Amino acid sequence: MTLSVAGLGLSRGSRALFAGLSLKLQMGDVLVLRGANGSGKTSLLRVLAGLTAADQGEVRWDDEKWTPLCASQRAKVLYLGHVNALKDELTAAENLALALAFDGVSVPAPDLSYALDLAGLAGRHQLAARRLSQGQKRRIGLARLQLSRKPLWLLDEPTNALDAEGVKLFTAMVESHLQDGGLACIATHLTLAIDAPVREMMLGGREAMA
Amino acid sequence: MNSVAAGVISQPVQSPERGLWLAVMRDLRLGLRSRAELLQALVFLVIVVSLFPLAVGPEDALLKRIAPGVVWVAALLAVLLTLPRLFAADHADGTLEQLALSPYPLALIAAGKMIAHWLMSGLPVALVSPLLGLQFGLDTHELWVLGTSLMLGTPVLSMIGAIGAALTLGVRGGSILMALLVLPLYVPVLIFGAGAVEQAMASIDYSANFSLLGAILLLGSISAPFAIAAALRISLD
Repeated sequence: MTLSVAGLGLSRGSRALFAGLSLKLQMGDVLVLRGANGSGKTSLLRVLAGLTAADQGEVRWDDEKWTPLCASQRAKVLYLGHVNALKDELTAAENLALALAFDGVSVPAPDLSYALDLAGLAGRHQLAARRLSQGQKRRIGLARLQLSRKPLWLLDEPTNALDAEGVKLFTAMVESHLQDGGLACIATHLTLAIDAPVREMMLGGREAMA
Repeated sequence: MNSVAAGVISQPVQSPERGLWLAVMRDLRLGLRSRAELLQALVFLVIVVSLFPLAVGPEDALLKRIAPGVVWVAALLAVLLTLPRLFAADHADGTLEQLALSPYPLALIAAGKMIAHWLMSGLPVALVSPLLGLQFGLDTHELWVLGTSLMLGTPVLSMIGAIGAALTLGVRGGSILMALLVLPLYVPVLIFGAGAVEQAMASIDYSANFSLLGAILLLGSISAPFAIAAALRISLD
Protein backbone atom coordinates (compact mmCIF):
# COMPACT_ATOMS: atom_id res chain seq x y z
CA MET A 1 0.00 0.00 0.00
CA THR A 2 1.65 3.16 -1.22
CA LEU A 3 0.23 6.60 -1.76
CA SER A 4 2.24 8.57 -4.24
CA VAL A 5 1.59 12.09 -5.35
CA ALA A 6 3.41 13.68 -8.24
CA GLY A 7 3.45 17.26 -9.48
CA LEU A 8 0.29 18.20 -7.63
CA GLY A 9 -0.83 21.79 -8.12
CA LEU A 10 -3.89 23.72 -7.03
CA SER A 11 -4.75 27.40 -7.32
CA ARG A 12 -7.57 29.36 -5.80
CA GLY A 13 -8.26 32.39 -7.92
CA SER A 14 -4.92 33.81 -8.98
CA ARG A 15 -3.11 32.43 -5.96
CA ALA A 16 -1.29 29.11 -6.19
CA LEU A 17 -1.82 27.18 -2.95
CA PHE A 18 0.76 24.60 -3.93
CA ALA A 19 2.47 23.60 -7.13
CA GLY A 20 4.68 20.71 -8.14
CA LEU A 21 4.01 18.98 -4.85
CA SER A 22 5.27 15.42 -4.66
CA LEU A 23 5.23 12.92 -1.83
CA LYS A 24 5.25 9.24 -1.15
CA LEU A 25 3.70 7.48 1.81
CA GLN A 26 4.14 3.80 2.51
CA MET A 27 2.66 1.40 5.02
CA GLY A 28 3.10 2.76 8.51
CA ASP A 29 4.03 6.26 7.36
CA VAL A 30 2.57 9.39 8.83
CA LEU A 31 2.81 12.83 7.30
CA VAL A 32 2.09 15.92 9.34
CA LEU A 33 1.05 18.97 7.33
CA ARG A 34 1.98 22.32 8.73
CA GLY A 35 1.54 25.87 7.58
CA ALA A 36 -0.16 29.12 8.41
CA ASN A 37 -3.92 29.53 8.13
CA GLY A 38 -4.90 29.51 4.49
CA SER A 39 -1.69 27.86 3.36
CA GLY A 40 -3.58 25.01 1.72
CA LYS A 41 -3.49 22.20 4.31
CA THR A 42 -7.21 21.57 4.07
CA SER A 43 -7.14 21.88 0.29
CA LEU A 44 -4.37 19.31 0.02
CA LEU A 45 -6.27 16.88 2.24
CA ARG A 46 -9.41 17.41 0.17
CA VAL A 47 -7.47 16.72 -3.03
CA LEU A 48 -6.10 13.51 -1.52
CA ALA A 49 -9.63 12.55 -0.44
CA GLY A 50 -10.97 13.26 -3.92
CA LEU A 51 -13.37 16.01 -2.85
CA THR A 52 -11.44 18.65 -4.77
CA ALA A 53 -9.94 18.12 -8.20
CA ALA A 54 -6.32 19.22 -8.50
CA ASP A 55 -5.31 21.53 -11.33
CA GLN A 56 -2.21 19.53 -12.18
CA GLY A 57 -0.56 16.34 -11.11
CA GLU A 58 -1.79 12.97 -10.06
CA VAL A 59 -2.52 10.90 -7.01
CA ARG A 60 -1.72 7.19 -7.15
CA TRP A 61 -2.47 4.30 -4.86
CA ASP A 62 0.00 1.53 -5.65
CA ASP A 63 -0.20 1.38 -9.44
CA GLU A 64 -3.67 2.77 -9.74
CA LYS A 65 -4.27 6.37 -10.68
CA TRP A 66 -7.00 7.95 -8.60
CA THR A 67 -9.53 10.12 -10.39
CA PRO A 68 -11.44 12.26 -7.88
CA LEU A 69 -13.86 10.12 -5.86
CA CYS A 70 -13.18 6.94 -7.84
CA ALA A 71 -14.34 3.69 -6.25
CA SER A 72 -10.89 2.66 -5.08
CA GLN A 73 -10.31 6.02 -3.45
CA ARG A 74 -13.63 5.94 -1.63
CA ALA A 75 -12.90 2.45 -0.37
CA LYS A 76 -9.54 3.42 1.13
CA VAL A 77 -9.87 6.96 2.41
CA LEU A 78 -11.20 8.04 5.76
CA TYR A 79 -11.45 11.83 5.78
CA LEU A 80 -12.31 13.76 8.91
CA GLY A 81 -12.77 17.42 8.09
CA HIS A 82 -12.85 20.32 10.49
CA VAL A 83 -16.61 20.04 10.78
CA ASN A 84 -17.69 17.01 12.76
CA ALA A 85 -20.12 15.51 10.23
CA LEU A 86 -22.69 14.67 12.90
CA LYS A 87 -26.46 14.98 12.76
CA ASP A 88 -27.64 17.05 15.73
CA GLU A 89 -30.92 15.15 15.91
CA LEU A 90 -29.28 11.75 16.38
CA THR A 91 -27.63 10.36 19.48
CA ALA A 92 -23.90 9.74 19.76
CA ALA A 93 -24.40 6.02 19.20
CA GLU A 94 -26.73 6.55 16.23
CA ASN A 95 -24.31 9.00 14.66
CA LEU A 96 -21.44 6.55 14.97
CA ALA A 97 -23.49 3.64 13.63
CA LEU A 98 -24.70 5.72 10.69
CA ALA A 99 -21.22 6.96 9.77
CA LEU A 100 -19.86 3.42 9.91
CA ALA A 101 -22.75 2.03 7.86
CA PHE A 102 -21.89 4.51 5.11
CA ASP A 103 -18.20 3.56 5.51
CA GLY A 104 -19.33 0.11 4.42
CA VAL A 105 -18.55 -1.67 7.67
CA SER A 106 -21.11 -3.35 9.85
CA VAL A 107 -20.12 -3.22 13.49
CA PRO A 108 -21.96 -5.19 16.17
CA ALA A 109 -23.58 -3.02 18.86
CA PRO A 110 -21.27 -4.15 21.71
CA ASP A 111 -18.14 -3.17 19.72
CA LEU A 112 -19.78 0.13 18.96
CA SER A 113 -20.44 1.01 22.57
CA TYR A 114 -17.01 -0.28 23.56
CA ALA A 115 -15.43 2.12 21.07
CA LEU A 116 -17.55 4.99 22.38
CA ASP A 117 -16.51 4.17 25.96
CA LEU A 118 -12.90 4.04 24.88
CA ALA A 119 -13.26 7.43 23.21
CA GLY A 120 -14.36 8.83 26.55
CA LEU A 121 -18.09 8.98 25.93
CA ALA A 122 -19.15 6.44 28.55
CA GLY A 123 -22.67 7.15 29.76
CA ARG A 124 -23.33 9.56 26.90
CA HIS A 125 -24.18 7.11 24.13
CA GLN A 126 -27.85 8.05 24.10
CA LEU A 127 -27.34 11.80 24.28
CA ALA A 128 -28.36 13.79 21.20
CA ALA A 129 -25.29 15.14 19.42
CA ARG A 130 -26.56 18.69 19.86
CA ARG A 131 -26.17 18.27 23.64
CA LEU A 132 -22.55 17.18 23.39
CA SER A 133 -19.67 19.58 23.82
CA GLN A 134 -17.39 20.33 20.89
CA GLY A 135 -14.70 18.03 22.29
CA GLN A 136 -17.18 15.22 22.84
CA LYS A 137 -18.36 15.55 19.25
CA ARG A 138 -14.75 15.25 18.17
CA ARG A 139 -14.48 12.06 20.21
CA ILE A 140 -17.25 10.42 18.18
CA GLY A 141 -14.88 10.94 15.26
CA LEU A 142 -12.17 9.15 17.25
CA ALA A 143 -14.48 6.19 17.78
CA ARG A 144 -15.10 6.13 14.05
CA LEU A 145 -11.35 6.14 13.35
CA GLN A 146 -11.08 3.11 15.57
CA LEU A 147 -13.75 1.11 13.78
CA SER A 148 -13.84 2.09 10.14
CA ARG A 149 -10.79 0.09 9.01
CA LYS A 150 -9.73 2.31 6.15
CA PRO A 151 -6.02 2.24 5.32
CA LEU A 152 -5.57 5.95 4.57
CA TRP A 153 -6.51 8.48 7.23
CA LEU A 154 -6.78 12.11 6.14
CA LEU A 155 -7.34 14.19 9.23
CA ASP A 156 -7.91 17.93 9.30
CA GLU A 157 -7.08 19.44 12.71
CA PRO A 158 -8.23 16.27 14.48
CA THR A 159 -7.17 17.55 17.89
CA ASN A 160 -9.28 20.71 17.74
CA ALA A 161 -11.33 21.07 20.91
CA LEU A 162 -9.83 17.90 22.40
CA ASP A 163 -8.43 18.05 25.92
CA ALA A 164 -4.96 16.76 26.80
CA GLU A 165 -6.28 13.31 27.54
CA GLY A 166 -8.16 13.29 24.23
CA VAL A 167 -5.00 14.23 22.35
CA LYS A 168 -3.19 11.35 24.08
CA LEU A 169 -5.97 8.98 23.07
CA PHE A 170 -5.81 10.25 19.50
CA THR A 171 -2.03 9.79 19.38
CA ALA A 172 -2.42 6.22 20.60
CA MET A 173 -4.98 5.54 17.88
CA VAL A 174 -2.67 6.88 15.19
CA GLU A 175 0.17 4.75 16.53
CA SER A 176 -1.89 1.58 16.45
CA HIS A 177 -3.14 2.45 12.96
CA LEU A 178 0.47 2.84 11.77
CA GLN A 179 1.49 -0.42 13.43
CA ASP A 180 -1.31 -2.14 11.56
CA GLY A 181 0.25 -0.87 8.35
CA GLY A 182 -2.02 2.10 7.83
CA LEU A 183 -1.11 5.48 6.38
CA ALA A 184 -2.02 8.83 7.84
CA CYS A 185 -1.87 12.43 6.75
CA ILE A 186 -2.60 14.90 9.52
CA ALA A 187 -2.95 18.67 9.33
CA THR A 188 -2.31 20.13 12.76
CA HIS A 189 -0.76 23.01 14.65
CA LEU A 190 0.13 20.85 17.64
CA THR A 191 3.33 18.90 18.10
CA LEU A 192 1.99 15.39 18.35
CA ALA A 193 4.02 12.91 20.37
CA ILE A 194 3.55 10.07 17.91
CA ASP A 195 5.86 7.17 18.64
CA ALA A 196 6.76 6.60 15.00
CA PRO A 197 8.94 8.35 12.46
CA VAL A 198 6.92 11.45 11.65
CA ARG A 199 7.48 13.32 8.43
CA GLU A 200 6.52 16.92 8.24
CA MET A 201 5.63 19.08 5.31
CA MET A 202 5.44 22.83 5.47
CA LEU A 203 2.87 24.36 3.18
CA GLY A 204 2.73 27.94 2.04
CA GLY A 205 5.57 29.78 0.35
CA ARG A 206 8.54 27.47 0.70
CA GLU A 207 7.67 23.96 -0.44
CA ALA A 208 9.29 21.19 1.48
CA MET A 209 9.48 17.83 -0.17
CA ALA A 210 8.38 14.98 1.99
CA MET B 1 -4.78 -1.27 20.75
CA ASN B 2 -7.63 -3.67 21.31
CA SER B 3 -9.54 -6.41 19.62
CA VAL B 4 -12.03 -4.04 18.00
CA ALA B 5 -9.63 -2.41 15.59
CA ALA B 6 -8.37 -5.65 14.13
CA GLY B 7 -6.02 -4.36 11.53
CA VAL B 8 -6.36 -2.19 8.51
CA ILE B 9 -8.56 -4.14 6.22
CA SER B 10 -10.25 -2.40 3.39
CA GLN B 11 -13.40 -4.40 3.11
CA PRO B 12 -15.07 -4.55 -0.27
CA VAL B 13 -18.59 -3.21 -0.22
CA GLN B 14 -20.89 -6.19 -0.20
CA SER B 15 -23.71 -4.85 -2.32
CA PRO B 16 -23.94 -1.35 -3.77
CA GLU B 17 -27.76 -1.37 -3.50
CA ARG B 18 -27.37 -1.24 0.26
CA GLY B 19 -26.33 2.39 -0.16
CA LEU B 20 -29.81 3.19 -1.46
CA TRP B 21 -31.50 1.48 1.46
CA LEU B 22 -29.19 3.14 3.98
CA ALA B 23 -29.87 6.58 2.49
CA VAL B 24 -33.65 6.09 2.53
CA MET B 25 -33.62 4.93 6.15
CA ARG B 26 -31.24 7.69 7.19
CA ASP B 27 -33.34 10.50 5.77
CA LEU B 28 -36.61 9.00 7.01
CA ARG B 29 -35.20 8.77 10.51
CA LEU B 30 -33.92 12.35 10.38
CA GLY B 31 -37.26 13.52 8.98
CA LEU B 32 -39.21 11.83 11.75
CA ARG B 33 -37.01 13.50 14.37
CA SER B 34 -38.13 16.93 13.19
CA ARG B 35 -41.85 16.48 12.70
CA ALA B 36 -42.61 20.17 12.32
CA GLU B 37 -40.63 20.20 9.09
CA LEU B 38 -42.24 16.96 8.03
CA LEU B 39 -45.72 18.47 8.20
CA GLN B 40 -44.70 21.65 6.39
CA ALA B 41 -45.65 20.53 2.86
CA LEU B 42 -48.93 19.04 3.99
CA VAL B 43 -50.01 22.06 6.06
CA PHE B 44 -49.10 24.38 3.20
CA LEU B 45 -51.20 22.32 0.76
CA VAL B 46 -54.23 22.18 3.02
CA ILE B 47 -54.15 25.90 3.78
CA VAL B 48 -53.70 27.05 0.19
CA VAL B 49 -56.33 24.72 -1.25
CA SER B 50 -58.83 25.57 1.51
CA LEU B 51 -58.45 29.29 0.93
CA PHE B 52 -59.67 29.08 -2.66
CA PRO B 53 -63.34 28.24 -1.98
CA LEU B 54 -63.37 31.08 0.57
CA ALA B 55 -61.88 33.55 -1.87
CA VAL B 56 -63.67 32.50 -5.04
CA GLY B 57 -67.09 31.98 -3.46
CA PRO B 58 -69.35 28.95 -3.16
CA GLU B 59 -70.30 28.71 -6.81
CA ASP B 60 -70.20 24.96 -7.55
CA ALA B 61 -69.55 25.09 -11.28
CA LEU B 62 -66.67 27.53 -10.95
CA LEU B 63 -65.06 25.68 -8.05
CA LYS B 64 -65.24 22.41 -9.89
CA ARG B 65 -63.79 24.01 -12.98
CA ILE B 66 -60.69 25.34 -11.15
CA ALA B 67 -60.22 22.33 -8.81
CA PRO B 68 -57.58 20.35 -10.80
CA GLY B 69 -55.45 23.42 -11.39
CA VAL B 70 -55.68 24.66 -7.81
CA VAL B 71 -54.82 21.33 -6.20
CA TRP B 72 -52.00 20.63 -8.63
CA VAL B 73 -50.41 24.08 -8.31
CA ALA B 74 -50.67 23.91 -4.52
CA ALA B 75 -49.12 20.42 -4.49
CA LEU B 76 -46.31 21.58 -6.74
CA LEU B 77 -45.54 24.60 -4.55
CA ALA B 78 -45.76 22.45 -1.41
CA VAL B 79 -43.07 20.14 -2.78
CA LEU B 80 -40.99 23.12 -3.93
CA LEU B 81 -41.15 24.54 -0.41
CA THR B 82 -39.41 21.47 1.04
CA LEU B 83 -36.61 21.33 -1.54
CA PRO B 84 -34.07 23.82 -0.12
CA ARG B 85 -33.69 21.59 2.96
CA LEU B 86 -32.98 18.47 0.93
CA PHE B 87 -29.18 18.85 0.82
CA ALA B 88 -28.55 22.13 2.67
CA ALA B 89 -28.50 20.68 6.21
CA ASP B 90 -26.21 17.80 5.19
CA HIS B 91 -23.98 20.27 3.39
CA ALA B 92 -23.73 22.55 6.42
CA ASP B 93 -22.87 19.86 8.97
CA GLY B 94 -20.37 18.06 6.73
CA THR B 95 -22.32 14.80 6.40
CA LEU B 96 -22.84 15.37 2.68
CA GLU B 97 -19.07 15.18 2.17
CA GLN B 98 -19.01 11.93 4.06
CA LEU B 99 -21.83 10.57 1.91
CA ALA B 100 -19.85 11.50 -1.21
CA LEU B 101 -16.81 9.71 0.25
CA SER B 102 -18.81 6.60 1.09
CA PRO B 103 -17.84 3.44 -0.81
CA TYR B 104 -21.47 3.19 -1.90
CA PRO B 105 -22.11 4.90 -5.25
CA LEU B 106 -23.23 8.50 -4.77
CA ALA B 107 -25.92 8.08 -7.43
CA LEU B 108 -27.59 5.36 -5.33
CA ILE B 109 -27.32 7.45 -2.17
CA ALA B 110 -28.85 10.36 -4.10
CA ALA B 111 -31.65 8.08 -5.30
CA GLY B 112 -32.26 7.06 -1.71
CA LYS B 113 -32.46 10.66 -0.57
CA MET B 114 -34.87 11.37 -3.43
CA ILE B 115 -37.12 8.46 -2.45
CA ALA B 116 -37.12 9.55 1.20
CA HIS B 117 -37.96 13.09 0.14
CA TRP B 118 -40.92 11.87 -1.88
CA LEU B 119 -42.14 9.63 0.95
CA MET B 120 -42.16 12.66 3.27
CA SER B 121 -43.49 15.32 0.88
CA GLY B 122 -45.07 14.05 -2.36
CA LEU B 123 -46.73 10.94 -0.97
CA PRO B 124 -48.64 12.65 1.87
CA VAL B 125 -49.64 15.38 -0.58
CA ALA B 126 -50.97 12.83 -3.08
CA LEU B 127 -52.80 10.91 -0.35
CA VAL B 128 -54.51 13.97 1.12
CA SER B 129 -55.40 15.67 -2.17
CA PRO B 130 -58.59 13.62 -2.84
CA LEU B 131 -59.92 14.84 0.53
CA LEU B 132 -59.22 18.41 -0.51
CA GLY B 133 -60.86 17.78 -3.88
CA LEU B 134 -64.09 17.06 -2.01
CA GLN B 135 -64.31 20.74 -1.09
CA PHE B 136 -64.52 21.50 -4.79
CA GLY B 137 -67.34 19.05 -5.46
CA LEU B 138 -65.35 16.50 -7.47
CA ASP B 139 -67.03 13.08 -7.76
CA THR B 140 -65.42 9.78 -6.74
CA HIS B 141 -63.98 8.99 -10.13
CA GLU B 142 -62.49 12.46 -10.53
CA LEU B 143 -61.01 12.26 -7.04
CA TRP B 144 -59.40 8.94 -7.96
CA VAL B 145 -57.90 10.46 -11.12
CA LEU B 146 -56.63 13.45 -9.12
CA GLY B 147 -54.96 11.21 -6.54
CA THR B 148 -53.43 8.93 -9.17
CA SER B 149 -52.11 11.82 -11.25
CA LEU B 150 -50.39 13.18 -8.14
CA MET B 151 -49.02 9.73 -7.27
CA LEU B 152 -47.39 9.62 -10.71
CA GLY B 153 -46.43 13.28 -10.81
CA THR B 154 -45.04 14.07 -7.35
CA PRO B 155 -42.07 11.67 -7.62
CA VAL B 156 -41.07 13.57 -10.77
CA LEU B 157 -41.33 16.83 -8.81
CA SER B 158 -38.94 15.36 -6.20
CA MET B 159 -36.49 14.23 -8.89
CA ILE B 160 -36.34 17.46 -10.84
CA GLY B 161 -36.32 19.42 -7.60
CA ALA B 162 -33.44 17.38 -6.19
CA ILE B 163 -31.35 18.14 -9.28
CA GLY B 164 -32.10 21.84 -8.85
CA ALA B 165 -31.34 21.72 -5.12
CA ALA B 166 -28.04 19.94 -5.75
CA LEU B 167 -26.99 22.42 -8.44
CA THR B 168 -27.73 25.48 -6.31
CA LEU B 169 -26.19 24.07 -3.13
CA GLY B 170 -24.09 26.60 -1.29
CA VAL B 171 -25.04 29.41 -3.67
CA ARG B 172 -26.18 32.62 -2.02
CA GLY B 173 -29.88 33.15 -2.68
CA GLY B 174 -29.90 29.55 -3.82
CA SER B 175 -33.55 28.86 -3.08
CA ILE B 176 -34.79 31.60 -5.43
CA LEU B 177 -32.37 30.44 -8.10
CA MET B 178 -33.55 26.89 -7.57
CA ALA B 179 -37.20 27.89 -7.99
CA LEU B 180 -36.34 29.70 -11.23
CA LEU B 181 -34.43 26.68 -12.43
CA VAL B 182 -36.98 24.08 -11.44
CA LEU B 183 -40.35 25.68 -12.14
CA PRO B 184 -40.08 25.69 -15.96
CA LEU B 185 -39.23 21.99 -15.80
CA TYR B 186 -42.29 21.38 -13.62
CA VAL B 187 -44.60 22.78 -16.29
CA PRO B 188 -45.02 19.58 -18.37
CA VAL B 189 -45.81 17.57 -15.23
CA LEU B 190 -48.36 20.19 -14.20
CA ILE B 191 -50.00 20.21 -17.63
CA PHE B 192 -50.26 16.42 -17.92
CA GLY B 193 -51.32 16.00 -14.29
CA ALA B 194 -53.99 18.68 -14.09
CA GLY B 195 -55.00 17.85 -17.66
CA ALA B 196 -55.79 14.26 -16.71
CA VAL B 197 -58.31 15.43 -14.11
CA GLU B 198 -59.87 17.94 -16.48
CA GLN B 199 -60.27 15.28 -19.12
CA ALA B 200 -61.85 12.94 -16.59
CA MET B 201 -64.29 15.72 -15.71
CA ALA B 202 -65.15 16.14 -19.40
CA SER B 203 -65.46 12.33 -19.73
CA ILE B 204 -62.58 12.21 -22.23
CA ASP B 205 -60.05 9.39 -22.18
CA TYR B 206 -57.22 10.55 -19.90
CA SER B 207 -55.00 7.46 -20.18
CA ALA B 208 -52.58 9.25 -22.54
CA ASN B 209 -51.80 11.75 -19.77
CA PHE B 210 -51.11 8.94 -17.30
CA SER B 211 -48.87 7.23 -19.87
CA LEU B 212 -46.91 10.44 -20.39
CA LEU B 213 -46.54 11.01 -16.64
CA GLY B 214 -45.43 7.40 -16.27
CA ALA B 215 -42.91 7.79 -19.07
CA ILE B 216 -41.44 10.94 -17.47
CA LEU B 217 -41.30 9.09 -14.15
CA LEU B 218 -39.41 6.15 -15.64
CA LEU B 219 -37.00 8.35 -17.53
CA GLY B 220 -36.42 10.44 -14.41
CA SER B 221 -35.83 7.49 -12.09
CA ILE B 222 -33.05 6.27 -14.36
CA SER B 223 -31.33 9.55 -15.13
CA ALA B 224 -31.99 11.82 -12.14
CA PRO B 225 -29.73 9.97 -9.62
CA PHE B 226 -26.72 10.39 -11.90
CA ALA B 227 -27.52 14.05 -12.53
CA ILE B 228 -27.89 14.69 -8.78
CA ALA B 229 -24.63 12.86 -8.01
CA ALA B 230 -22.77 14.88 -10.64
CA ALA B 231 -24.26 18.14 -9.34
CA LEU B 232 -23.34 17.27 -5.74
CA ARG B 233 -19.73 16.51 -6.70
CA ILE B 234 -19.49 19.91 -8.36
CA SER B 235 -21.03 21.64 -5.34
CA LEU B 236 -18.58 19.95 -2.96
CA ASP B 237 -15.48 20.88 -4.94
